[in-house]
Amino acid sequence: MRFHFKTDYDQDIRLFKDGVQVFWYGLLAVCLLGLPLVLPEYLVGQMVFILIYCIIGLGLMLLIGFTGQISLGHAAFLAVGAYTEALLQARGVPFAVSLLAAALLSGAAGVLVGLPALRLKGIYLAIATMAFGFIVEEIITRWEHVTGGNSGKQLKQIDFFGVTIDSDARFYYLCLGLTAVILLGLINLMRSPTGRAFVAIRDSEISAQSMGIHLARYKTVAFALSAMLTGVAGALYAHKLQFISPEQFNLLVSIEMATLVFIGGLGSFHGAIFGAAFIIALPQVIVFMKDYLPTAVAQQTGLQPTIFGIILICFLLFEPLGIYGRWVKIRTYFSLFPFYRRGMFRRQKAYMKSDRLK
Amino acid sequence: MAQFLQLALSGIAIGCVYALVALGFVLIYKATETVNFAQGDLMMLGGFFAYTATAVMGWPYWAAIVFALAVMAAYGMLAERIVLRPVLGQAQFTVVMVTIGVGYVMRGVVTMMPGWGTDTYKIVTPFAEKVVNLGGAAISLEQLMIILMTAALCAVLFGFFRFTRIGIAMQAASQNQLAAYYMGIPVARINTLIWGLSAAVATFAGILLAPITFVHANMGFIGLKAFPAAVVGGFGSIPGAIAGGIIIGLVESFAGFYLPEGIKDIAAYIVVLIVLMVKPSGLFGEKLRKKV
Amino acid sequence: MSFFKVENLSIQFGGVKAVSNVSFEVRQGEVFTIIGPNGAGKTTIFNLISLIYPPTSGRIFFEGREITGMTPHRVANLGIARTFQNIELFEHATVLQNLLIGRHNHARTSLWQELLFLPAVRRAELAHREAAEKVIDFLELQHYRDSFVAGLPYGVRKVVELARALCIGPKLLLLDEPSSGLNPEETDDMAFWIEDIKKDLGVTVLMVEHDMSLVSRVSDRVLALSQGEMLSIGTSREVQGDPKVIEAYLGKQE
Repeated sequence: MRFHFKTDYDQDIRLFKDGVQVFWYGLLAVCLLGLPLVLPEYLVGQMVFILIYCIIGLGLMLLIGFTGQISLGHAAFLAVGAYTEALLQARGVPFAVSLLAAALLSGAAGVLVGLPALRLKGIYLAIATMAFGFIVEEIITRWEHVTGGNSGKQLKQIDFFGVTIDSDARFYYLCLGLTAVILLGLINLMRSPTGRAFVAIRDSEISAQSMGIHLARYKTVAFALSAMLTGVAGALYAHKLQFISPEQFNLLVSIEMATLVFIGGLGSFHGAIFGAAFIIALPQVIVFMKDYLPTAVAQQTGLQPTIFGIILICFLLFEPLGIYGRWVKIRTYFSLFPFYRRGMFRRQKAYMKSDRLK
Repeated sequence: MAQFLQLALSGIAIGCVYALVALGFVLIYKATETVNFAQGDLMMLGGFFAYTATAVMGWPYWAAIVFALAVMAAYGMLAERIVLRPVLGQAQFTVVMVTIGVGYVMRGVVTMMPGWGTDTYKIVTPFAEKVVNLGGAAISLEQLMIILMTAALCAVLFGFFRFTRIGIAMQAASQNQLAAYYMGIPVARINTLIWGLSAAVATFAGILLAPITFVHANMGFIGLKAFPAAVVGGFGSIPGAIAGGIIIGLVESFAGFYLPEGIKDIAAYIVVLIVLMVKPSGLFGEKLRKKV
Repeated sequence: MSFFKVENLSIQFGGVKAVSNVSFEVRQGEVFTIIGPNGAGKTTIFNLISLIYPPTSGRIFFEGREITGMTPHRVANLGIARTFQNIELFEHATVLQNLLIGRHNHARTSLWQELLFLPAVRRAELAHREAAEKVIDFLELQHYRDSFVAGLPYGVRKVVELARALCIGPKLLLLDEPSSGLNPEETDDMAFWIEDIKKDLGVTVLMVEHDMSLVSRVSDRVLALSQGEMLSIGTSREVQGDPKVIEAYLGKQE
């Protein structure tokens, strides 16, 4: 059991609390860097997906987990990023520039959604973002001479400063680098006044205003940043699949993204990462399980959504802190052994109070 | 003119279906402030039970309706008891996510059921293929029945909420659960009943919708249009849900004819965005302010 | 130029006149209390002053500048801080984080600087932290520093609410029923703190209060309200002895 004896303010501001943390995260970094050398090509490809979804998760976690704004239309930003990248690459724009453009354009779209969303809360915001998602999906489908409509768009491989990203391993390192930079930026943000403003808005808007926090400005920034990150992920996603079409950006994808955030653990960046790993791993696990299930059950296409739904419900009912929450509990159990008590993380029984009067 | 009337009538007909789905989740919203994203899927499941009653068990249409309503009411109550009650005190959006999960499970299980699966089915109704002439516009008997049956159901529900104690108790429970408990209101039981009622209303909508879209596992997605309907009418208002549904139905019908292709599919969502920006409380919604 | 002035303030909710024609002035450095029976409109006036509600008519002036119709966050930037009767703390954050949010007014770093966490940001963070620690020392919250607000007892939360308001570095502090829900010892502490705030920090205090002993102890001047209208204004003793005020609280003597 480690005890942190605090002697200066820097200890609270630092990235790592002590040497032990540095050691473990360093080990993780080494493992991640060495991954492509050890794993088969297929799994490296899956890791790329996980990293892309990590970026998606981080973006959405910033909005839902830290600022308390719901979005059920985030697939729209994914689409903006993906199509921007596809269109610009087709015109020969270098990757670094097109990625930046994808980010900025999605960010602009985020501001567009954020502005009317300023006055909306809770379910109204969810419906507004959902409506936005539908509209963008329809625009992409209809705007055929730009987006190719339902026939979709194809992408070539990335040319990154002269290096052609032609293998999963190379793509993996590119995504790993981007994810690390984004994660660092977000952590920096959350230990600064802006990050605290987000949390304040989540917990009590009226109180945040009384502290001098300009609600409109910070909500718009949250939406814009979240959209930008999702746009970057969209561009990477497009390259991974090498083909994009409108139905990859529909409501179910938006819901999947929101689920990622909830199952991973609301309110922490670890949660986004765990959530991403879960979302990508689940279909693989189901495929694996099919060998052990009776043929009648295994053949069904309905198996995946059913299991997905059941797991979502179970987490929300039994482990609302998500995968990261469970991880923290297990870690605490071992670090406090044998003094861990079951009631340590128990919530107080809550009675529903009208959200309309919040 | 006949064209106009035609469009209006078919718009009202589909609007009634939206209205019923919206009504279903306004009921749940008023009672528990939960937004049930699985409402469309309840409609779908109800349709499937009705289909099974007519096609597989060979029952007459009206008996099948009663059967489906009863089964789904029980299902709704069971779902509330098992899945919703444990999460009720938590953040509103958590509960919404649970309903999303329930929707996934329902769709998945329906596709896995032998005899249902991913196929599309038709329910045999006593008013298929008949057309009625109203002022120069031809409207199918099915559409007319949708409008009439919706009106009848609304009248019944209006009486229920205005003149029974349960309706008033329901409103109390929706505003402050703890206080309602103190007043001796069996809040938990009322919530269960409301879910049963809401599932039944959704089933009703599904059965009415079946002749138009047929019964299949993804039928519930039409229910998503009920969200704009509920918002336009004013979330939490029952007459609002009906009005909103009909308005959305009309907008879609006219947009499909007069506006370029594709607008019809998103007309509802454009309308809802406009409403949310201009008057979020909708037509009949209440404007509440936080007390500090 | 008056420090804080309210002129003919009124607000109507539908047909109900919650506050009618209230005017008063607060001098710099004094403790001004608003009293009145329940339903007198005290908290409503507070919400009007902190611009949570827009008034139906009337004007508000702070340091000579009119602030009627400003957004609440602008008011905080000008140096007016408030506490809430129903404690609006940030539940899922620690006490320290709550206080640091209170320092938001003094945050001068831009988004880009923060993303990169430049040395300027680090220095600013340390400065914010030091300022928060001063308030923690002042109100003796040291051992609650890293506790999550959600689990704290009511009395402590009230103090945290006060601490957070102080972190804003206000010129005018609005306290909404500072002693409600507190036991006699805690009320005593609160009285000492209000006096310290006035003397050591030089902050002007405008408060709403029910507890008459606290009122008599710390207030320089008192305003009595009833049913949204002004009854009497003066020193604590004058107002408490005013027959109109007694009638409002206790009813007419038969």
